[in-house]
Amino acid sequence: MKLTGAQALIKSLEMEGVEVMFGLPGGCILPAYDPLLDSSIRHILVRHEQGAGHMAEGYAHVTGRPGVAMVTSGPAATNMVTPLCDAYMDSIPMVCITGQVSTTAIGTDAFQECDTVGITRSVTKHNELVMTAQNLPMAVRQSFRIATTGRPGPTLIDVPKDVLQNSMEWYWPTDAEVVDSLPGYRPNVKGHPRMIKEAAKLILASERPILYVGGGILKARAADALRELAEMTDIHVVTTLMARGAFPDDHPLCLGMPGMHGNATAITALQRSDLLITLGARFDDRITGKVSTFAPDAKVIHVDIDPAEQGKVRRPDVPIVGDCRLVIEELIRAIRDMEQSGTPRADTGAWKSRISGWREQFPLSYEASEPGEALKPQYCLEQLRDNAPEGTILVSGVGQHQMWSSQYWRFNEPYTWVNSGGLGTMGFSVPAAIGAKVGRPDRTVWAVDGDGCFQMTAQELVTASVERIPIKVAILNNSYLGMVRQWQEMFYDERYSEVYLSPELPDFVKWAEAMGCVGIRVDSPEEVQPAIDKANSIDDRPVVVDFRVDAREKVFPMVPAGMGNDDLILPDSQMPRKGALK
Amino acid sequence: MNHHILSVLVQNRPGVLARVAGLFARRDYNIFSLAVAPAENEGFSRITIVVDVDSAPLEQITKQLFKLIEVVKISELDPLRSVERELLLATVRVSPEQRGQVVELATIFEGKILAVGVEAITISLDGHPDKLDDFEELLAGYGIVELQRTGRVALPKLDKESRLRAVAHKGKAG
Repeated sequence: MKLTGAQALIKSLEMEGVEVMFGLPGGCILPAYDPLLDSSIRHILVRHEQGAGHMAEGYAHVTGRPGVAMVTSGPAATNMVTPLCDAYMDSIPMVCITGQVSTTAIGTDAFQECDTVGITRSVTKHNELVMTAQNLPMAVRQSFRIATTGRPGPTLIDVPKDVLQNSMEWYWPTDAEVVDSLPGYRPNVKGHPRMIKEAAKLILASERPILYVGGGILKARAADALRELAEMTDIHVVTTLMARGAFPDDHPLCLGMPGMHGNATAITALQRSDLLITLGARFDDRITGKVSTFAPDAKVIHVDIDPAEQGKVRRPDVPIVGDCRLVIEELIRAIRDMEQSGTPRADTGAWKSRISGWREQFPLSYEASEPGEALKPQYCLEQLRDNAPEGTILVSGVGQHQMWSSQYWRFNEPYTWVNSGGLGTMGFSVPAAIGAKVGRPDRTVWAVDGDGCFQMTAQELVTASVERIPIKVAILNNSYLGMVRQWQEMFYDERYSEVYLSPELPDFVKWAEAMGCVGIRVDSPEEVQPAIDKANSIDDRPVVVDFRVDAREKVFPMVPAGMGNDDLILPDSQMPRKGALK
Repeated sequence: MNHHILSVLVQNRPGVLARVAGLFARRDYNIFSLAVAPAENEGFSRITIVVDVDSAPLEQITKQLFKLIEVVKISELDPLRSVERELLLATVRVSPEQRGQVVELATIFEGKILAVGVEAITISLDGHPDKLDDFEELLAGYGIVELQRTGRVALPKLDKESRLRAVAHKGKAG
């Protein structure tokens, strides 16, 4: 069967099971948009290519399937760099297709030409310039395989215009052909049995163990296995920013988020532990604080599918390269076997009571506003949380509102939390929420955003309105770049430099309405509940709620950058008893 | 120089060298020398990278290299247990009176005279990089017009205990 390259490309995407893609056409990718008209694939037309990338990420986050974005060459490809890097940092499976100038024009500085594979080389797991139409199906298959297996990540296929126009003889490579074509790609999923045994031994012998779990648990679909391991061993779990929801917040063993803005108990439990059972986490600097003072007495078991994570930051005592789910299942078996053959379990009673003590003394807290005072952002989040329909997906931008979201929400189900963790991409939430809603139309999707973030990508709400994707956006609007303001207040003697936005501009309600959304402004605590009720009741268009919150509010606890976790700053009311974090 | 030799087997495709070089550049590690050529099996190339031990913590870079989809195998060659060779071409300024001295030097080092001009001479020499260093130093006294070295290539010595120490190898699937 003869097909054009463009037809082969779209057919290949269909064969890979793609149901939806996000994109924006232009000169070089034009040929691919023609067969799209006859395709089963739903295309969502964005207003800016960056939006397409973040939508693909949001979609991938909540469905586990690769998000697909298609854009043209040059500026469209460069606009895709941020989402690609974001997906790379957070290990999000994503396939991006970019148009390229014709093969005969490559390298001539042609109109809308850029070196897309060169520019995106360091922000993709793999990328490829496809120079003949005949190679398109294989390139698509390789891209999906690489994006979705091993440690997931973004891939990019760059397709010159004439390659889309040329004809090819259709073929669909077999699985074996795809594997053979990638002789250097053999992800190791099964952990080493001897190492797993070694890990089981350490776990049974530990008096102060902690399960330190990261986003790898979610990528490996390992939440159930994790729960079984935690309950069987009765070990507390800390969930990093990328792992929120991987273990239910309402579970008695859940300690929540550690790190720079983690809660005191989760931070201290890592610090005082004698064994970190690290599952799909990567000792990020936001978790460890100053590395040399991080968890000084702890041995480390490190399970990660990426061998390069082993020893990158902290030298593990037991490195296990493998898929988290498979390794946890083996670990459970190994522990059972050892217990049955009489290996005793160390007494963790004293450790558990220390943890309970910390939890009691150091809950997350903020000072509620007195009547007539400004609205507290934490209060808004509590109300959003308490009124959220079952299974609501929360998507955040980056900054104070992101930390409060992670702190104050209760994530009891995996894949209900979407955020930009590694790259910290402001402007992530609106498009990512749209992608999440496309992936899970049955769920309520709330984007929590800051006023700074919102202004970076808000135009995608037009996409949401036109495409009938009814997301809800809560702007925690303090008229500041809030996190930067917080650092300037705390570490730069309250010298506020270029962080004040504007309380008057833009008018978020009018802006929302102009984009086809319902806009609601909330200034006082009494208005919060009715506004949320109204937002939750609207399901035929996006809603934007502009919560005018107290600009002086800061995120606590906080481990200042470059300091150790023992130097954490607690809310004022808890500072006097900080000594109890021993 | 206390150096590491990495022998990296890669798929022979466009962009592979850029990926490899990018991993070093991003971390501000300098590559001391680099040699690339097709390997024994079709479709693959071998890249020989020499890096300064002190400037580059090798473990992380090796692991990152191994993550590249087109990298099939990485071996670290112990300089004491491998054979290393390099080729040097040099054009040296010599008066007709000095020519004999330079030719004699080349003969001692088992080099070849490639071209002779009125006031210059071009010599080739292959051998262990240390030998090339010595030769280069001696030539410098006469005035080197142009000099080009290939960067070293290396293979493990054939005796038993000095086989390739495989740092990482992607075996067949499954």
